[in-house]
Amino acid sequence: MDGEWWIGFSSQLVAERKHITECMKMKQHKWGLILLGLAIFAIAVTFPFWYGKGKTAPPVLSLETPEIAGLADKKCVEDAVFMRANHMKMLQAWRDEAVREGKRVYTANDGRTFEKSLTGSCLQCHSNKEHFCDRCHHYVGAAPSCFDCHIVPAEVKK
Amino acid sequence: MTSSRRDFLKIAGASALTMMTPAIFVPAWAKDVIVIPPGQGLALKKALAAGRWAMTVDLTKCTADCTDCIAACHAIHNVPDFGNPKDEIKWIWKESFASVFPGEQNAYSGEKLQKLRPPVFCNNCENPPCVRVCPTGATFQRPDGIVMMDYHRCIGCRLCMAACPYGARSMNYRDPRPCIAKINPDFPTRSKGVVEKCNFCEERLAKGTLPACVEACRQKALTFGDAENPRSEIRRLLKTRFSLQRRVHLGTGPQIYYLL
Repeated sequence: MDGEWWIGFSSQLVAERKHITECMKMKQHKWGLILLGLAIFAIAVTFPFWYGKGKTAPPVLSLETPEIAGLADKKCVEDAVFMRANHMKMLQAWRDEAVREGKRVYTANDGRTFEKSLTGSCLQCHSNKEHFCDRCHHYVGAAPSCFDCHIVPAEVKK
Repeated sequence: MTSSRRDFLKIAGASALTMMTPAIFVPAWAKDVIVIPPGQGLALKKALAAGRWAMTVDLTKCTADCTDCIAACHAIHNVPDFGNPKDEIKWIWKESFASVFPGEQNAYSGEKLQKLRPPVFCNNCENPPCVRVCPTGATFQRPDGIVMMDYHRCIGCRLCMAACPYGARSMNYRDPRPCIAKINPDFPTRSKGVVEKCNFCEERLAKGTLPACVEACRQKALTFGDAENPRSEIRRLLKTRFSLQRRVHLGTGPQIYYLL
């Protein structure tokens, strides 16, 4: 037994070499898996950007109300670009100032004044909530709770 | 990759330096574009103002079976009628003299007192317990004394209802909108889970009109005015007539005075 110690040793060497080549094969195999995972991740992350592209048109907001048609100067409280981006922040500022500080008059950038009131100012011109407010809110998935309490005058008259 | 202590310190120092870059170097996409234009610190021109709003109720004029003030108030403020006394929402209601003024009656009080049905309101207290307990600041006191509800901030915890010794607050346990007979578009409704009460018609004061109940009272039993103005009608009444306040010993400083 003592004189033949190398026999076991050489077989051990062979086994080890086999193991190393197998490992290398496995590594190659793993790279494939990693790339596949990365591809799935990239698809999932970019999904909202390409899915539905061209399927849904951006909302068309209607400004055709008798009140707006009757305006000599068709201008909102501030310019349309500002209103589109910031009306929600503006309404929140109006809400806090009117309710909590009693400051109910808004002076616009061009000096015109308005009552800070959703029903009393905004909806007087934009009397077509479902063709103006709702269209965009539905499109972007916004669910403002304003109208849970504030009243759309046109809906009451119906 | 290994980095030496020296490399680490270099990177940390450079990062700290970038924090000192003036704001003008901030790229356009990182700037806060929301600027609500200034110049909005105004009240409406015709608004009524006072140091402390208060009201007197002349019990010699108020008749027991009349509910004009309640009808006017509840119509204007879109107060729902759930048709169920458990869920009742009330801004003004009437009670017997004995329950409005416990202890002010005795066994020999005449029929005149017993028959009274004084209208009761939120007392818009000088030291309002509801404001003290409100966890969100939804109920607050204005400088002119009105105890206001900011319905936007009410979370429906009902601590104010527990704190109010007059029962002046009601909770909307259901969506009130379907239970409003005729919606007044000039005043918002409430939503489910919100507490409401009399607001001394602050929305009408802002537009220069007296509270709806005062206007609706045909007996002219209600007088509304500035308790801090010695020349006001309400001060004249309080000077010349005997008046009672509800549960004044509690230290709330109620601002509704009942004239007898």
